[in-house]
Amino acid sequence: MFKIEELKKSLLISLWFAFLTFPLLVIKVNPIERTVLWRWENMVYVAIGSFVISILVRLFYLHQERRRERVARGEITLGDPWIQTLLSEPRYLYPFSAAVLAVSLVFPFLFSTYQTNIMITALMYVVLGLGLNIVVGLAGLLDLGYVAFYAVGAYSYALLNYHFDIGFWMALPIGALLAALFGVLLGFPVLRLRGDYLAIVTLGFGEIIRLILENWNEFSQGPSGISNIPRPGLFGMELSLDQAILYLYYLMIAAVAFTIFVVNRLQDSRIGRAWVALREDEIACQAMGIDKRKTKLTAFALGATWAGIVGVIFAAKTTFINPASFTFLESAIILCIVVLGGMGSIFGVIVGALILILLPEHLRALSDYRMLAFGAVLVTMMIFRPQGVVANIRRSYRFESKVDGEAR
Amino acid sequence: MKKSMAKSLLVAALGFGLTVPAFAADTIKLGVAGAHSGDLASYGLPSVNAAKLVVDQVNAKGGIDGKQVELLIEDDVCKPEVATNTATKLVSDGVHVVLGHICSGATKAALPIYNNAGVVVMSPSATNPALTQSGDYPNFYRTIASDDAQARTEVDFALGTLGLTKIAVIHDKGDYGKGLAEFAKTFIEKSGKGEVTLFEGVTPGAVDYSAVVQKIKRSGAEAVIFGGYHPEASKIITQMRKKRMDTIFISDDGVKDDTFIKVAGKYAEGVYATGPKDTSSNPLSKEAVEAHKKTFGSDPGAFFENAYSAALALLNAVDQADSTDMAKVRAALQSSDVATPVGTIRFDEIGDAVGVGFAMYQVKDGQYVEVK
Amino acid sequence: MEYFIELFFSGLTRGSIYALIALGYTMVYGIIGLINFAHGEIYMIGAFTSFIVATVLSIYGFPLLSIVLLAGLAAAVWSASYGFTIERIAYRPLRQAPRLSALISAIGMSIFLQNYVLLAQTSDFQPFPELIPDFDFMEPYAHVVGSSDIVILLTTAVSMIALTLLIKFSRVGKAMRATSQDRTMAMLVGINVNNVISMTFIIGSALAAIGGMLIASHIGQINFFIGFIAGIKAFTAAVLGGIGSIPGAVLGGFVLGLTESFATGYVSSDYEDVFAFSLLVLILIFKPAGLLGREETQKV
Repeated sequence: MFKIEELKKSLLISLWFAFLTFPLLVIKVNPIERTVLWRWENMVYVAIGSFVISILVRLFYLHQERRRERVARGEITLGDPWIQTLLSEPRYLYPFSAAVLAVSLVFPFLFSTYQTNIMITALMYVVLGLGLNIVVGLAGLLDLGYVAFYAVGAYSYALLNYHFDIGFWMALPIGALLAALFGVLLGFPVLRLRGDYLAIVTLGFGEIIRLILENWNEFSQGPSGISNIPRPGLFGMELSLDQAILYLYYLMIAAVAFTIFVVNRLQDSRIGRAWVALREDEIACQAMGIDKRKTKLTAFALGATWAGIVGVIFAAKTTFINPASFTFLESAIILCIVVLGGMGSIFGVIVGALILILLPEHLRALSDYRMLAFGAVLVTMMIFRPQGVVANIRRSYRFESKVDGEAR
Repeated sequence: MKKSMAKSLLVAALGFGLTVPAFAADTIKLGVAGAHSGDLASYGLPSVNAAKLVVDQVNAKGGIDGKQVELLIEDDVCKPEVATNTATKLVSDGVHVVLGHICSGATKAALPIYNNAGVVVMSPSATNPALTQSGDYPNFYRTIASDDAQARTEVDFALGTLGLTKIAVIHDKGDYGKGLAEFAKTFIEKSGKGEVTLFEGVTPGAVDYSAVVQKIKRSGAEAVIFGGYHPEASKIITQMRKKRMDTIFISDDGVKDDTFIKVAGKYAEGVYATGPKDTSSNPLSKEAVEAHKKTFGSDPGAFFENAYSAALALLNAVDQADSTDMAKVRAALQSSDVATPVGTIRFDEIGDAVGVGFAMYQVKDGQYVEVK
Repeated sequence: MEYFIELFFSGLTRGSIYALIALGYTMVYGIIGLINFAHGEIYMIGAFTSFIVATVLSIYGFPLLSIVLLAGLAAAVWSASYGFTIERIAYRPLRQAPRLSALISAIGMSIFLQNYVLLAQTSDFQPFPELIPDFDFMEPYAHVVGSSDIVILLTTAVSMIALTLLIKFSRVGKAMRATSQDRTMAMLVGINVNNVISMTFIIGSALAAIGGMLIASHIGQINFFIGFIAGIKAFTAAVLGGIGSIPGAVLGGFVLGLTESFATGYVSSDYEDVFAFSLLVLILIFKPAGLLGREETQKV
């Protein structure tokens, strides 16, 4: 099944990688002692490794091609992917959701506090992802500074508590509202921008917020951050750490459920349709009589709201915040969640968040290679599933005519 | 009382038991937490090496009270939010004492979790004054003096020993650097002997600092007190010297690192930096450095000796207390002296090491030499 | 007045550093419309390669000039190879995919390369040998502008002119322009689009590598993280000037560098980045396609 030709190609690839990694992997210099360490063994590893990987990739493509041929010859038919079936048909969806809910409710009793704790983090990112999904997935506005709203939420709770002793439950709506306000604030100057210009301005906005928090000591206590932020209270009871984690966990489950409900309703609402129209074609959308300004601003505001809410919860969870938690990388991770999971798809975003947040935690075993693997996984996933793990299914209508066209 | 009843009811209702680390386990688990990856890894990895060396040594001698010491190494990338996960992981793995964390912010976030589980934490490098002085963190100890002590040494040296009056205070906008710089500024202003001609933060990682260097020159400062780490310090000093400025440069123990001299090369000459009192004549210190060279084939990195000392002090306290119970370990830390590479130390009630202070160093012929 | 001139030159140095990296961003963006987040990492790899080669050569006692040339050549060759390989692995399969997927792939690549260098070399800062000596004739001006500043400035200017000429007059350049205007049409008229795109990555990466070497020599230190921060600033510069436009990238770099320098000098360096990004927002409000970018007319 494998031709010599193919092997030759793989051999060439492995030679190429041996050459490519030569200076960085083989030579290690010590400029002070003026010694050079030649690590030739690394070259051998790279050559063998890239040879094997290239053969595997080739096999994968071969397999795919065969499959496609067989489909073309009509030997097998490609059914709807099972995930789509699962999500689109109520008779599968309801039991599935119930099962997921049941598992998530008993999760803390099955696993250790540590597992529960990182699950809380993952759930926070689920909500963040769903919030950003409104802006990026639905309205098609590439936002690289989403973390700014997250910071606004976190700092509003921390500061309100510090100065006015305002509790978690009071701070939650205030944080959400403030974040929405900042969303509109960002929205105004960028109304005219599109695509990547928008991306860089939002990135700049995120950085500006972080820098202000870092430099304006009188306001935010600067880089040393705010500590001793109280965890959310439960009817005035003092909770121990384990209980607090448990409580936060259920709080997050509720928050996720609430978010899914709201986002789902939003998608099918008038404004949701307007967002999608805006994403597909701005000019056509305006021609249809949709107010572009209002639509964009609501997307920013509603997207930011969720970040604000999670921000408040984040401050309550870590009990300590400083500006270092709100860097560009954080925005990038949230964006990765949305895209990797499948843009516009709620289920996809959830899967994306769970993968991207739980993966590095579980990759701890790889210790030093953790982030290397993380980067590699991002690239690989994108290459093999560019539309995301769970692609969003467009609502399509089939006409019962000869031409089996989808309403694309 | 009502509260505790409600609490126990809730615990019972949730069927959720606490896993309190007990001495019943057959090993003593020493956690090592800090930045082991990411851009601050070079500050965290030396403490891992130090812990490995100490643990190997202790285990070779038969462990503590017949129990072997086991290392649990966890990365927190110096981020508060990751540090809480790291701490929870260590606690649920049944850690008994923790060496870490490296950065003050991450330490602050993690401490309540350890405190809740009754775990004593000792940092080799978290110098934020609030960690000990605020009284919020009873389980926290450190083998390094706090920032205000360091700023005090710097200012006294600049105003007193060198007799300078005009000083520019520069920082790297970070938790550590800015805190230190603010202390320095306050001390100078309060002393009435000098003035702060400039107080500014530079952006870490920026490609070029010549604008701020020009500003220092214009401010007419005789000396720069810099709060921050060595990468920025070496960039600033290099650019100052390249601009033919001979302004005196005084910095902190983030700069009193051999990497600074390596990187800044000839421009490092004459730079002052505060650092833990010179311990190179201490036989324990020599031994530790030799062991590092032998085992890992390289010179130890930043905070290595502090970490080595912290590991020794922690294990010694567990040995003395015959328990890993927090109260007993704390009592042992505060009552018994322990010989470490940073000197013979014990700890005060708030958690700072007694006998660990700062001295001023100057780079001479490519080496830090203590200024007498 | 002297202070103003000093700040002006500081800004110019910073600006030309941004510009040198921004050129690669803008070229790639111009041709495939992708924000190549890994470009900063290419720059870092270039700096590292030249660091390794230069140190090895100096240990074996080569003269300075040959060290500079060989290190620069090695940096260019390997960075170009990395750029080429990255495009083949991480971007080419995604050409038909949604644009955001390619962006995520680029972010993943950037994280991967950072950690690859961290693991292959070290997490510590390494002293970069001073490849540009202080020229004697510069000595009277040394307090304002150093020799390495001048070299970087000249390199940026030469690169910009060379690139502009290349794109305007050479065959490759014409093919690049055609590909950037309409990829399908370019294919129809017989342009090997794949080769043209590879060529763009190779040129952009080689340029970043030279930049990496000069800038590292100017700052005197490197580690695996230098590409990230420089990359973001360079990207800002490219957008400021109008992404896709080569003179725009250089102009954007200078505007950004000068703004930061004057903001530091006359206000405070605490907020230099706030000034930089505010300026960006301000310019984009009035010129949504950047300083020299073309406003594209939208067709429905």
